[in-house]
Amino acid sequence: MDRIPLEKKVLSENDRIAARLRESYHEHGILCVNIISSPGSGKTSLLERTLERFPKGTRVAVLTGDIQTDNDARRLSRFGFPAKQITTGGTCHLDALRVERALADWSLDSLDLLIIENVGNLVCPSSYDLGEAAKIVMLSVAEGEDKPLKYPSIFAKSELLILNKVDLLPYVPFDIKLAREYARSIHPGMEILEVSCTTGQGLDQWIEWLEKRGKAVTSDK
Amino acid sequence: MHELSIADSILDSVRQEAQKHPGAHVTKVGVRIGALSGVEPEALSFGFSALVKGSDLEPLALEIEAVPRRQRCPACDITFTVTEDNLACPRCANGETLLAGGEELDLAYLEVED
Ligand SMILES: Nc1nc2c(ncn2[C@@H]2O[C@H](COP(=O)(O)OP(=O)(O)OP(=O)(O)O)[C@@H](O)[C@H]2O)c(=O)[nH]1
Ligand SMILES: [Mg+2]
Ligand SMILES: [Zn+2]
Repeated sequence: MDRIPLEKKVLSENDRIAARLRESYHEHGILCVNIISSPGSGKTSLLERTLERFPKGTRVAVLTGDIQTDNDARRLSRFGFPAKQITTGGTCHLDALRVERALADWSLDSLDLLIIENVGNLVCPSSYDLGEAAKIVMLSVAEGEDKPLKYPSIFAKSELLILNKVDLLPYVPFDIKLAREYARSIHPGMEILEVSCTTGQGLDQWIEWLEKRGKAVTSDK
Repeated sequence: MHELSIADSILDSVRQEAQKHPGAHVTKVGVRIGALSGVEPEALSFGFSALVKGSDLEPLALEIEAVPRRQRCPACDITFTVTEDNLACPRCANGETLLAGGEELDLAYLEVED
């Protein structure tokens, strides 16, 4: 019996395509963010609130992943910006190849910002690099403050935590201070924004975060 | 459950590597799974067995080496293994340490018989 050592990533094929995408975002000066959360935390709602604030002509596009249906893309295309659904047909995450295919008929020259809404799931999407500059994890206050401890992978890898549905704080037993502590115990220095897509609280800070992050992308070009 | 897609990627890689060793019969594949990889070793073993069964690669064994999370303390410039989710530096107790490992999802080795 012989043992042959291998030095290769299991997802090397995905990583290879993700690297190609990252290179191309970089070339075009595009900020790409990958938003990940459990089903129903409010990813599409955040994108709706975001797109409705962007002036006409803003160079933004959104991709949204779902196991079935194109409901989210329909919700998002109302705003006049390019929006496309990636239906995974059962797979619980987006991968780089699906993103690359979805982008094939868009001109990247006309974009500064690409927002990807991943399939609602806190575990699987964390393993698949999509070439994004930053992963963003969203947690709604209806889900329990212990999620960072239960799903450390995505919290460790995400630059920003969006705590959504803070309008519900008076009605749900959610200790937001504890949630922040748990998140920072997994990811020291993690940026955290408190947001409500219903009342609009925190959306200014979110847009500022995107602008700041977009500048960082163009300045290291 | 993405462990099935992960298992599928492992089998693809095994087939690719096996082509480089014509005539050899692959009996085992070793992988390294980090604590932060998002992959559950038990679910992966389960998915792997399910895919191997009845395939061209049967009977192929999977060995999983679980790799712990590591953090680096920028002040002390040391890297340490995280135990019990404690991310503070063991030397200076600094809580602001940086992720330094644990995301592995790597192929480690193949065992082949002629
Ligand atoms: N109270 C409250 N409800 C919200 C907020 N944001 C979203 N919701 C509601 O939460 C539900 C789910 O929101 P979506 O935006 O569809 O969630 P999602 O994360 O895109 O869901 P999936 O794509 O299915 O994973 C909807 O009924 C929203 O109206 C919020 O800030 N406050
Ligand atoms: Mg959605
Ligand atoms: Zn230290």
